[in-house]
Amino acid sequence: MILYVLKRVFQAAGVMLFVAFISFVLFNYVGDPVNNMVGQEATIEDREALRERLGLNDPVVVQFSRFVAHALEGHFGISYRLQRPVKDLIAERLPATLELVFTSAILALALGIPLGIYTGLHRDTWLSRLILSSSLAGVSLPTFVIGILLIYVFSVSLNLLPSYGRGEVVKITGSWTTGFLTASGWKAIILPSITLCLYQLTLILRIVRSEMMEVLLTDYIKFARARGLTDRAINFGHALKNTLVPVITVTGLQIGSLIAFSIITETVFQWPGMGFLFIQAVHFADVPIMAAYMVLVALFFVIINLIVDLLYFVVDPRLRIERTVTIG
Amino acid sequence: MVERGPNMTINSTSGRKGGFGHWVRQVADHDVFYSFTRSPVTMLAAFTTFVIVFASIFAPWLTPHDPFNPASLDLMEAFTPPVWLEDGTWKYPLGTDDQGRDILSTIMFGNRISLIVGFFAVLLSMLIGITLGTVSGYVGGWFDVVTMRLADAQLTVPPILIALLVDGVARTTLPRELQEEMAIYVLIFSIGIAAWPQYARVTRSGAMVERNKEYIAAARIIGIHPVRIMLGHIVPNVMGPTLVMATIGVALAIIIEATLSFLGVGVPPTTPSLGTLIRIGNDFLFSGEWWITIFPAVALVVLVLSVNLIGDWLRDTFNPKLR
Repeated sequence: MILYVLKRVFQAAGVMLFVAFISFVLFNYVGDPVNNMVGQEATIEDREALRERLGLNDPVVVQFSRFVAHALEGHFGISYRLQRPVKDLIAERLPATLELVFTSAILALALGIPLGIYTGLHRDTWLSRLILSSSLAGVSLPTFVIGILLIYVFSVSLNLLPSYGRGEVVKITGSWTTGFLTASGWKAIILPSITLCLYQLTLILRIVRSEMMEVLLTDYIKFARARGLTDRAINFGHALKNTLVPVITVTGLQIGSLIAFSIITETVFQWPGMGFLFIQAVHFADVPIMAAYMVLVALFFVIINLIVDLLYFVVDPRLRIERTVTIG
Repeated sequence: MVERGPNMTINSTSGRKGGFGHWVRQVADHDVFYSFTRSPVTMLAAFTTFVIVFASIFAPWLTPHDPFNPASLDLMEAFTPPVWLEDGTWKYPLGTDDQGRDILSTIMFGNRISLIVGFFAVLLSMLIGITLGTVSGYVGGWFDVVTMRLADAQLTVPPILIALLVDGVARTTLPRELQEEMAIYVLIFSIGIAAWPQYARVTRSGAMVERNKEYIAAARIIGIHPVRIMLGHIVPNVMGPTLVMATIGVALAIIIEATLSFLGVGVPPTTPSLGTLIRIGNDFLFSGEWWITIFPAVALVVLVLSVNLIGDWLRDTFNPKLR
């Protein structure tokens, strides 16, 4: 178990180093960083002095280790376009993205699991068919089209909900702001979170449904029925519990996708999060922000994967036994 | 020889005719065709896809207007609503946008770009995936370990994010004046890179099975070069499943292309794809000109849904186990 964990942590560190190297190359060799910092009238001596001061004349290995050391402290330099430290910019935008992702994850789970159970238990009712066929639409519709349609219906036609921004935000500590404490903040998050959660909701629904259907065919469920247990005890006490392992994996990995897809949702709704910041950085070739975003997203993915892998052990006792046998 | 000449030609033509009739009968009797005729949804999807592909191949001749020739545009006719609304005319069945471009024509050209990008991106993924997969499966060793680790790592990240990051990096590397010109190649490259692991995995497992068969051993014994064995024997035998995956892959690639273009990092507005059209139209959603954005969006959904349905049907027909 400990060996396995260590191995996974090493792998994660390897992936992070790889991503850090790509963003380091991007940072240092795309365009000339010196050109981006000095004005037009700088002399060659000035440039050379700046190169020396920035350490751009050092060997690549030294430069890379310095980059990693700075990245570990959260320093990614200064945004070319906004002329502010990338660290501050990201710290400002992070809460918005995390709130959106969190709300969507909760929505996807709170709707996906019950709907999945229902469609798994009552396969042939018209309601199940309706849910399933509309879930097909959830897969086929690109995220941004869903967002546009929601804006058109609820903001333009019905004029019920805001179509952009976070509403009023309240400051908690430092740069951490929240929209959860104001009515306009709640109103503003409804459409973006629905847009973002729809795809994940569909996935969770389908997995819960197919797992339920599979488990219900097993012998121990038949035995439970033969013992005369109530439907409720069978469905929720026996069947549902065993469907949870794949659901946890998928949900965990989907949180990563939520962060990826939040780029799209944030652009559609002009949600002031990290994804929106990243897209603007791509537009303006703002390399420091791009590099920082890449490292940050990779970090999210690596951590999520690590947690999901470890959760396997917690949830599924069979895995624990097998592992200890093979290792010990 | 001279006497037989005409006979032979008659024989060969009748043979060809019989061959064609035979071919038609073979297709009609085939299981795949049977399952095709039993699935009205698939037939509808195939018909729709055919119409869209046909219309985009012949777009320059079929479109009622030339939306990219500034001389033919009339700003007075900008924001014309679709024909069934007040002020709509049959001249512009789906209305016009802010520059007076006919929406129907821009959609037909947009489909063309989306299909081109989707098709070539999938081709690139298949090329990378099948090459790496075959070599991994056939040769094995450290190459296999490294490739599969890379594939595993990439599979944990959604393809759309990979495409976005690659696209972003590629765009910043290019000089600004080349960005618009190269946009379509950058897109094909980044979407192609994003999807190779699935193909590599399937090909690899296929190659590992084929590797141990007798005909490969025979080929090896008579001294055929490994590259020829892989190209001539392994690849044709393991390609089947990847072709089915490729159909669904095209739908996914079209979605990614549309999304990147919508985000403004895809094809430029001068040669718009469906995603670019939706992005342009999005600005006018609030002022009531909904048709500029909604029609391209509907076109995108219809295209993706049709290709997806065909892909699903292919998968169910050729490999029911994957369902």
